[in-house]
Amino acid sequence: MGIYLPIAEISVNIFVLLAMGAAVGFLSGMFGVGGGFLITPLLIFYNIPPAIAVATGANQVIASSVSGVLSHMKRGTLDFKLGGVLLAGGIVGSTGGIYVFAFLRRLGQLDLFISLLYVVLLGTVGGLMLVESVNALRATRSGAAPVLKKSGQHNWIHRLPLKMRFRASKLFVSVIPVLGLGAGIGFLSSIMGVGGGFIMVPALIYLLKVPTNVVIGTSLFQIIFTSAYTTLVHATTNQTVDVVLAFLLMAGGVAGAQYGAKAGQRLRGEQLRALLALLVLAVAIRLAIDLFVTPPNLYSLSAAGLN
Amino acid sequence: MRARNTFATAIVLSLLAAAVPAKAQVPLTEGIQIGLSTDNVSITAGFSGADLTIFGSLENPDPLVARQGRYDIIVVLEGPPKPVVVRRKDRVLGVWVNLDSETFENVPVSYSVATTRPLQDITEPNSYKQLSLGASNLYMQPADAGDSPATIQEFTAALRERKSATGLYSENVGGVQFLSQNLFRATVRLAPNVPVGTHKARAFLFKSGLFIKESSAQLEIRKSGFEQSIFRVAHTYSFLYGVFAISLAMLTGWLGRLIFRRD
Repeated sequence: MGIYLPIAEISVNIFVLLAMGAAVGFLSGMFGVGGGFLITPLLIFYNIPPAIAVATGANQVIASSVSGVLSHMKRGTLDFKLGGVLLAGGIVGSTGGIYVFAFLRRLGQLDLFISLLYVVLLGTVGGLMLVESVNALRATRSGAAPVLKKSGQHNWIHRLPLKMRFRASKLFVSVIPVLGLGAGIGFLSSIMGVGGGFIMVPALIYLLKVPTNVVIGTSLFQIIFTSAYTTLVHATTNQTVDVVLAFLLMAGGVAGAQYGAKAGQRLRGEQLRALLALLVLAVAIRLAIDLFVTPPNLYSLSAAGLN
Repeated sequence: MRARNTFATAIVLSLLAAAVPAKAQVPLTEGIQIGLSTDNVSITAGFSGADLTIFGSLENPDPLVARQGRYDIIVVLEGPPKPVVVRRKDRVLGVWVNLDSETFENVPVSYSVATTRPLQDITEPNSYKQLSLGASNLYMQPADAGDSPATIQEFTAALRERKSATGLYSENVGGVQFLSQNLFRATVRLAPNVPVGTHKARAFLFKSGLFIKESSAQLEIRKSGFEQSIFRVAHTYSFLYGVFAISLAMLTGWLGRLIFRRD
């Protein structure tokens, strides 16, 4: 059944979008990520103009994050204070990202930049995660005691000034890296249409040493607001948010997410991380191939004077 | 008696016409008129392209010419003109990057043609050029006239190629049919991605390869109902639209959790 998307201005199949939403929702629920990094490339593969895919992706991420945060609130695995500081940085980063986005779009380099960012970031994060989780899997198999993180173990980040206490995360750390991380994620959110969970989660775990159980809830919490802000700014400056498209993805997504979360509970942490790493790498490779393979059409048209 | 006389004159006249065609033409010249059954077309949610039928009539056709099928009609439905950027990808360090570009002013967003016969059989390439008729003869005005002619030509060709590939520029040979000596029907294709705005329907009449007359009518293509409202709201009340999009997402997330919760 076809449906006409009012903003993207094309007809698409309603069931393809629902299925796409459900599949990504399932994975996002399973791995505790927003799923934006999958939705946006999938939409682009489905011929949705990248600018609309990004803005609508950000919109869709809100729904899956709200859904996820609610279950984390119930379990008490959410650090509101840490989330708030991350958010403050996120707003700044997102604002900057919107300007870069509009600038690149005028230049005709937006699509390339989006693809390059995806390839580099997904490739790096996926690669690192894969190495780490495979090592962890090997360690458990060989029977060695897993290396537990000691609370006294500090790195350079913990020597920065302006320290702040985050009770729920049992953390006493400078706000500078927290704000910086938030800003970086905000920037990516507005350019890539992602919530940034796939970067936020490892960064919180490995850089800030936030306990793993609070990481996902806190990350989702701040993603809701960063994505909401990104959606709002895209809607007002670029008019690229397609609510019909977003709603179809969300409807599939929230359903899939709850089943995914259930499925995720049956897998062990390092298995989950290894699978997520493989998934992230697969998307990166698929996008990288498109960059290098001779495109079927060397020429492209776009409306002139577009901001 | 009288009737027989006129009959005889007609024969003489047509004989004369055959002998010295240029000088002995009937004083009444042919004309063409087209009419649209509606002056606006609405695109709804399920729009996946459509055929638009345009009726028209030939005024004062010469019966002999008509019988020999030497009248040809070309009907064009032209979308609103818009500036367009054509970009070419080139390899930089193995990666395909948009490098060169060329901006064209006033390029019709869509251009659907219907003809009685293949274009090359109707008249000569030169008269198409003069009339700026047919997708391959449309004059595309480059914004920067300083670029080399070869470059402009290359990008113009690419522009036409992309437009045809997306169905926005189309040609329907045999799409114009004579229903009687005076009446014809033209079928032009509306692509699924047909742009909204004021479209112009034009009909060109040719007689034995010579351009005779042109007639035009306007057609408004717009989005109807729900989609139109969303599009309008997104552009005029973009802030409120953004707030609505966010609220919808939050509500969906919350409801989804309520309905599908599994823990």
